[in-house]
Amino acid sequence: MKKLLTHLDWLESEAIHIMREVAGQCSNPVLLFSGGKDSLCLLRIAEKAFRPGRFPFPLMHVDTGHNYPEVINFRDKKVNALDERLIVASLEDSIKKGTIVLKSEKEPRNKYQSITLLEAIEEHKFDCCIGGARRDEEKARAKERIMSFRDEFGQWDPKNQRPELWDLYNAKVHKGENIRAFPISNWTEMDVWQYIEREKLSLPDIYFAHTRKIVRRDNAIVPITEVTPAKNNELIENIMVRFRTVGDITCTAPVESNADTVEKIILETASTSISERGETRLDDQVSEASMEQRKKEGYF
Amino acid sequence: MKKNTNDTVLRFMTCGSVDDGKSTVIGRLLFDTKTILTDTLNQIKNTSKKKGMTEIDLSLITDGLQAEREQGITIDVAYRYFSTGNRKYIIADAPGHEQYTRNMVTAASTAQLAIILIDARKGILTQTKRHTFLTKLVGIKHIIVAINKMDLIEFNEVKYKSICDNYKKFEKIFSSLNTSINIEFLPMSALKGDMIVDRGNSMDWYKGPTLLEFLENLDTTHDNKESSLRFPIQYVCRPRESENQELHDFRAFMGRIESGFLKINDKIKILPSGNKSSIKEIRVGEKNINEAIPEQSVTVTLTDEIDISRGDMLVHQDDSIEAIKNFTGMVCWFSEIPLSINRTYLIMHTTRTSKAKITNINHKINIETLNHEEANELKTNDIANISFKLAQPLIVDDYNENRGTGAFIIIDETTFHTVGAGMIQLLD
Repeated sequence: MKKLLTHLDWLESEAIHIMREVAGQCSNPVLLFSGGKDSLCLLRIAEKAFRPGRFPFPLMHVDTGHNYPEVINFRDKKVNALDERLIVASLEDSIKKGTIVLKSEKEPRNKYQSITLLEAIEEHKFDCCIGGARRDEEKARAKERIMSFRDEFGQWDPKNQRPELWDLYNAKVHKGENIRAFPISNWTEMDVWQYIEREKLSLPDIYFAHTRKIVRRDNAIVPITEVTPAKNNELIENIMVRFRTVGDITCTAPVESNADTVEKIILETASTSISERGETRLDDQVSEASMEQRKKEGYF
Repeated sequence: MKKNTNDTVLRFMTCGSVDDGKSTVIGRLLFDTKTILTDTLNQIKNTSKKKGMTEIDLSLITDGLQAEREQGITIDVAYRYFSTGNRKYIIADAPGHEQYTRNMVTAASTAQLAIILIDARKGILTQTKRHTFLTKLVGIKHIIVAINKMDLIEFNEVKYKSICDNYKKFEKIFSSLNTSINIEFLPMSALKGDMIVDRGNSMDWYKGPTLLEFLENLDTTHDNKESSLRFPIQYVCRPRESENQELHDFRAFMGRIESGFLKINDKIKILPSGNKSSIKEIRVGEKNINEAIPEQSVTVTLTDEIDISRGDMLVHQDDSIEAIKNFTGMVCWFSEIPLSINRTYLIMHTTRTSKAKITNINHKINIETLNHEEANELKTNDIANISFKLAQPLIVDDYNENRGTGAFIIIDETTFHTVGAGMIQLLD
């Protein structure tokens, strides 16, 4: 008799297995939670992996201070509903301490996240950070391990990765080193949306079509916010948009869309011709190798 | 792409070097199944133009790291995805030149099928033998031998058939490695796109399926010969501190089914202790299910209170399998520091890790000639038959019977790096 898991069940089962390996092998792990769709899938997987017990790790948000308020509200509500612990590691604190020096107040802050993340890892002595990165997002990610080793400086060395075979994940580290674990490595954007639909996960409103004031700048739609004001002579439009990714305001752009339900987003995702990061992450377009560079510097 | 959530997953790997058109084959699969999106395509167009090429170089799709682009080589295994609506595919793209043994073994360890590429002009080369040997060593049950670049031999059927015959002849040498293996042949031109997704119109003499048709219709339900239950415990759930009083004595065992089926009321025993009980509940998340199937991650409760921890294995009561402290396996060595017979290593097997000593390097395999040679140490990319003595008992199966419980990795006690991988061989 034919008995195989469907693709969503298989992906979910693999992700649960990876999360339980982290719990079984690491002594002080943490789950990185931004309020974004990928990390919401991680939380659902953690529930399936550990309930009725508590999560064997706290959640941590590396907060750039440039957030959509809807996302932060959503984050806090979600953490309360789960009754789990949230640590907020704030870029503002690193700026106050002087470990992050901004070139200008309104500069995009994504690249500085690594500094705050590494400081938090050191402060809390985390030996593993679980993240929602996927291999289909970016070509440097396509080569990263599911359990990816980082040295004392948080650096990823793509030429010297630990071989990873079968479902045997080596998460052993010395003091100061850490593992970045990516349970949804093998998921695509489509898989994430299909999973959200199947599990009926709720998301921050900004993922769904809504009207927003924007300007069009260098082929991208830039939302008008306090930190991203319109420049002189730019035409401000009020159009229907949704966000495909949610990050720091200064480097996340929405797309024009009327998709106001998960089902409609899935249909749009199936027919889109532009990749998630290509369309909406202003920070990845700077150079062909920018993600790889950031990861070498400790980015997750 | 059709929207479908009842599709299954197929993992495959590609073996070959850049010269065989491997990257072009993958690029073609992604391109013709409309997986490549406009911005990626634009990037590739730009790079192709910069390199002075007039057509889009599809092989650039699989280009990864900065260091690789600078040196024009592939360093590491990359994973790619596409979906047809019928299946979700995960491709492990292993580089052909650098560190081929390490990368191929890594890619093969999670693959169900391998595509071995042969350049139609060159026929079978030493590397074809290596690829076939390694694929079989790692227990892949399905091979597609793809004779590529048919356009460069005028799509000649006679030449194609003679390459197939030669392959069949030499493949017999490996028959001892893996008995039930399914080999298919396919002529193609990745450059022109013939017989990958579309048939094209240059090879009407070929009546078999295209590459994508092979992949879409492959039956993998019988790949694991072992049907005995193997359920390694990953994590024990004891929510003692919960506010819910009922949970204070609750104890559940979590893990993924490596093989076999687990049903409610099944009589089971725990290894290595041998303690017995039966299955009360099986859960996936909040949902109770009656039966867990291979590769499924589940949470299980038992009718009796017995001591179980991570690393233990749950099997059926009538199973005669026992924990052992000595075994022999085929080992691929990855580290630049040679394997030393005097050192102690860590062996990670399912959810248990044990210290291990090497009792003997029985022989090394010369991967060019496949002859057995004597050896006192192993260097990077060496493959050898080694006997181990363990500090802790492991519950193992022969790798050819059961990948999940026949595989192990070797970890350096000092650096914690993964230095080798092995496949257990049990003598009958």
